[in-house]
Amino acid sequence: MVNLFHIRASVVLALAALGISSCQSNTATLPIYGQREPVEKIVDGKTITDTLYHTIPAFKFLNQDSIYITDKNYDNKVYIANFFFTHCPSICPTMNRNLLKVYEQYKDSDQVYFLSHSIDFKYDQPHVLKEYAHKLGVSNDHWNFVTGSKADIYGIANQYLVYTAEDKNAPGGYDHQGYLVLIDKQKRIRGAYDGTNDEQVAKLQKELAILLQEK
Amino acid sequence: MTKIYFLAILVSIYFLSAMSSCQSGEDIKTAQYAVNGQKIYINHCKNCHGEKGEGLGLLYPPLTDVDFLTKNRERLSCIIRNGLNEEITVAGKTFHTIMPANETLTDIDIAYVLTYITTNFGKQDKIFSLEEVQQDLINCK
Ligand code: HEC
Repeated sequence: MVNLFHIRASVVLALAALGISSCQSNTATLPIYGQREPVEKIVDGKTITDTLYHTIPAFKFLNQDSIYITDKNYDNKVYIANFFFTHCPSICPTMNRNLLKVYEQYKDSDQVYFLSHSIDFKYDQPHVLKEYAHKLGVSNDHWNFVTGSKADIYGIANQYLVYTAEDKNAPGGYDHQGYLVLIDKQKRIRGAYDGTNDEQVAKLQKELAILLQEK
Repeated sequence: MTKIYFLAILVSIYFLSAMSSCQSGEDIKTAQYAVNGQKIYINHCKNCHGEKGEGLGLLYPPLTDVDFLTKNRERLSCIIRNGLNEEITVAGKTFHTIMPANETLTDIDIAYVLTYITTNFGKQDKIFSLEEVQQDLINCK
């Protein structure tokens, strides 16, 4: 009798576990990164606490076609941002080789966009970026390569939580991290993946698909 | 008893097969160069030319064009030491981007990495000896 009870209990537990895990895979959501602060607001006469998440602030940069690109171009869009420079001898080729795979998967989709910031504000003028984009194999305007003042580019890198610096000891003269940063429709950071690591890039592809399910 | 018999057969099969795959001295040296070259390739070349030497778009040429590698064999050492900045045609496509110099690589490093490239990506079996590399480097432009 006791035995039977045990068996039953474990069957119920197993079923419950199954239910939870399948439920998770349906409603899996990505974390939201960065600082957050609680704010109180009044809805229908009642005070409720809401959370303010870190968002990418307004920006304005020149792209490879010498057109100004702003945060408005990315309103209501999911996009992937990174930082690179065209003559970078170290991590950038691998990072953009990997980002190109994701671009090729989504380039005809109206849901996913790409934004690469050059941290070499001296050399990477729009025509240099244009040639780079063409040689990389970017064939439409869903992937912008942008340049701006040093303060603006390095400032926005901080907002994406990516480290960048001018460093004459680093290969090519600039030091930076090779993160591919996933931004949601409300401009919140939902993931950061090492663009030089195949497993991390596969994770990005998986999580991007999850993010696209969000309303 | 039969067990021991069976084991003996297995062991002798193992030794026989090991003997038949035994390589000549030259092959072993080539293989050693290629193994050392792979490490150098991963650290100094893979970023641009790709894990399998596949290149990237029109930015970085592939290292799999046997024709190019054979025709330019005497130039390869100089390309690695001093970099390259001219229009070249590789695998039917035209490239003109800058390859930076590799001043930290020694002559033997160049022999290693070129052996790795030509025997792995280029499907050749001839080693790049230190002597060959040094001879070619004298003639760099
Ligand atoms: C920063 C990127 C970069 C790195 C790192 C790099 N190369 Fe290159 N490589 C190039 C580019 C670009 C060209 C074409 C240059 C041109 O058009 O003048 C090239 C050309 C070549 C060529 C001749 C063309 C071909 O495809 O066969 C060889 C051989 C070569 N590289 C080998 C190497 C080796 C070996 C290393 C590592 C020691 C290396 N490269 C590192 C960018 C790079």
